[in-house]
Amino acid sequence: MDLIAVAWPYWHQFFFIIFAAAAIGFGFGVLLSKNVVRMAFYLVLSLGSTAGLFFLAGAEFVGAMQLMIYVGGTLVLLIFGVMLTAQKDFINMDTHTQDWILATIVGGSLLMILLFGAFGAEDWNTPQNLEDAQIQATKEATPIGLALTGIRVDSLGDSKDAVEEGKSGYLMPFIIVSIHLLVVLIGAAYMARTKKLSHATDDKSSRAKLMLFKMEQEPERLEEETYVVTHRGKSALNPLEQSDENE
Amino acid sequence: MAEFVDYILNLDDSWFSYLVGALVAAVLILHVVAVGALLFIWMERKISGRIQDRLGPTRVGGKFGWLQTLADGIKLIAKEDLTPDLADKFLFKIAPYVGLAASYAAFIALPFADGVVGQHVNTAVFFVLAVLGLEVFSVILAGYASGSKWSLFGAMREAAQVVSYEVPLGMCVVVPVLICGTMNLTTIANMQAGYFTNWLVFNDPFTFLTAIIYFTCATAGVNRAPFDLAEAESELVAGFHTEYSGLRWSLFFMAEYSSMFVVSALASILFFGGPHGPIPIADILSFLSIDQLGNPDVQAFDETAGGFFSSVNLQVIIARLLGVGNLLFKGIIGVTVMMWIRWTFPRLRIDQVMTMCLKYCVPLAAVGFLGATAWQALDLPTANSLLGSPRYHHHELWTHGLEHQQGSENASSEASDDETPHAEDKTVKADEVFANTVPVSVVKGGER
Repeated sequence: MDLIAVAWPYWHQFFFIIFAAAAIGFGFGVLLSKNVVRMAFYLVLSLGSTAGLFFLAGAEFVGAMQLMIYVGGTLVLLIFGVMLTAQKDFINMDTHTQDWILATIVGGSLLMILLFGAFGAEDWNTPQNLEDAQIQATKEATPIGLALTGIRVDSLGDSKDAVEEGKSGYLMPFIIVSIHLLVVLIGAAYMARTKKLSHATDDKSSRAKLMLFKMEQEPERLEEETYVVTHRGKSALNPLEQSDENE
Repeated sequence: MAEFVDYILNLDDSWFSYLVGALVAAVLILHVVAVGALLFIWMERKISGRIQDRLGPTRVGGKFGWLQTLADGIKLIAKEDLTPDLADKFLFKIAPYVGLAASYAAFIALPFADGVVGQHVNTAVFFVLAVLGLEVFSVILAGYASGSKWSLFGAMREAAQVVSYEVPLGMCVVVPVLICGTMNLTTIANMQAGYFTNWLVFNDPFTFLTAIIYFTCATAGVNRAPFDLAEAESELVAGFHTEYSGLRWSLFFMAEYSSMFVVSALASILFFGGPHGPIPIADILSFLSIDQLGNPDVQAFDETAGGFFSSVNLQVIIARLLGVGNLLFKGIIGVTVMMWIRWTFPRLRIDQVMTMCLKYCVPLAAVGFLGATAWQALDLPTANSLLGSPRYHHHELWTHGLEHQQGSENASSEASDDETPHAEDKTVKADEVFANTVPVSVVKGGER
């Protein structure tokens, strides 16, 4: 038992490697796949593995948030969009050489910036002592929630002036963001509604309008139609007449 | 469990013990899922039969046909595993597993009793909802990958329905979270300990309303009749699983029945007392409390050293077993009600489903949310306080905690500048404050 324990002293490491490998692998899957829906599926798995990394780090709230917002919400919308818009020509994406070159330049430079940022910050360096790497499993999301409602647990000792100026809580930015989102939602609903009003009308009224239009345009044809209907009605009532006509 | 394996094998936080602990929990949960599906499918047949004035299965396995599902399973295994020509083969094959994995993963954070939980998650409510929301992926993937118009239409309906019903569902779930001041399902369940008047559904009229709307939206969320448009036989053949056969087809049903159980169990934890029965039998049996590990506080659940074996005590074991029994019983009752609804109500049309969600469920959920908030803010009496029994009042609890903490916070912030120990100090102090304030609020509740 000791041998196994020496090889992988901490279970965090073991699962970190699994989740990280899954995230990277499915990320490559997104890159290399040519089918749009499959790309979306790989993206789901990649983001899900990232959520797993968050759970491993003890950030349960952020992990669940990742699942809820990215994996659950955005990707359902993405798949909706892809499935409703992707027709024969777009369902398979053939990447040309120039696309690859451009993507490598942009993505590579972004990766370099991120790597410099990640390894440049001193606090983020790998812990010298492995015991530091152990995560406290009992941290709660309550301070974040309280801070969003205006009470910051970590700065309760602030002077009264700072509290009155509203510096201690995140209530103000939270409200601004939420009102902004509300405005966006109302705007989207308004735009969707105006579009709809111009096209669709009430069922009955449109049928009545169609009838009026027909009566104005082709009165003779309309009469013909009514004649046909009444004639058929008569014939249905009187089967003898029908048989006579046929002869 | 991992701590227990560590203790037995004398390891120090090794990955091996964690893996063993996780496997034990996973296998136990797998049994809940599989045996649950076995039971629920038999129940569905039996209940539908009785409602339609038939007998249902009677022969397989002696009386009542209780082995009918097993016979069905053998038949399904023997069936050919078909894949249509037009299908996206990879996605077609993987879609059922995605759904089963999602509804299985929701069980991880679901506490069956105080401390009997796969993994203790502080934001368990949120986690369960987030994971259950992933189940729609399997339906969308199955619908797309089948290469059939019936499947695609079914998947589209399902996706639209689930996405829109998540809004009122989330609003309903917020109400117990708000009253209890935590997203921790274990804590929410423990706050409803005692007699059944302490259950949140009886807290005030608005929570009662919220509980009903939650159950309606949960029924729609797991795609059950009368909201089962995705598999409307009369118009869409079988919806998203038209092209599936054999074992893959049965995996969809396993996912459906297990997620039915998850939402019912979640309803029972949030509103109906969870693992606590209508009468606190475990408290009445407190004379059995034989303390073996020198732990005087038998009711307290130790979050950090959690797990079944952290405190071996007869009363605790009885309380936990009763809790598991209670929760399973309540979950099965919820599933039974869903079946009852399925076989008595006609299926809604797609526009009626959307009307139900947007015109009725969302406004009612909003009314319930605002009303419950106002009830807490105005400190109106709850059912329990009217009967004169004490109640944990958590609105007070949080504010008290913060007031106390303000005093202690100054000392700790001066003591250390480093980031991590600082945070640890805080959590410890918060717990102390939490423990101190409970008696205060109990006294206050008793006065009212």
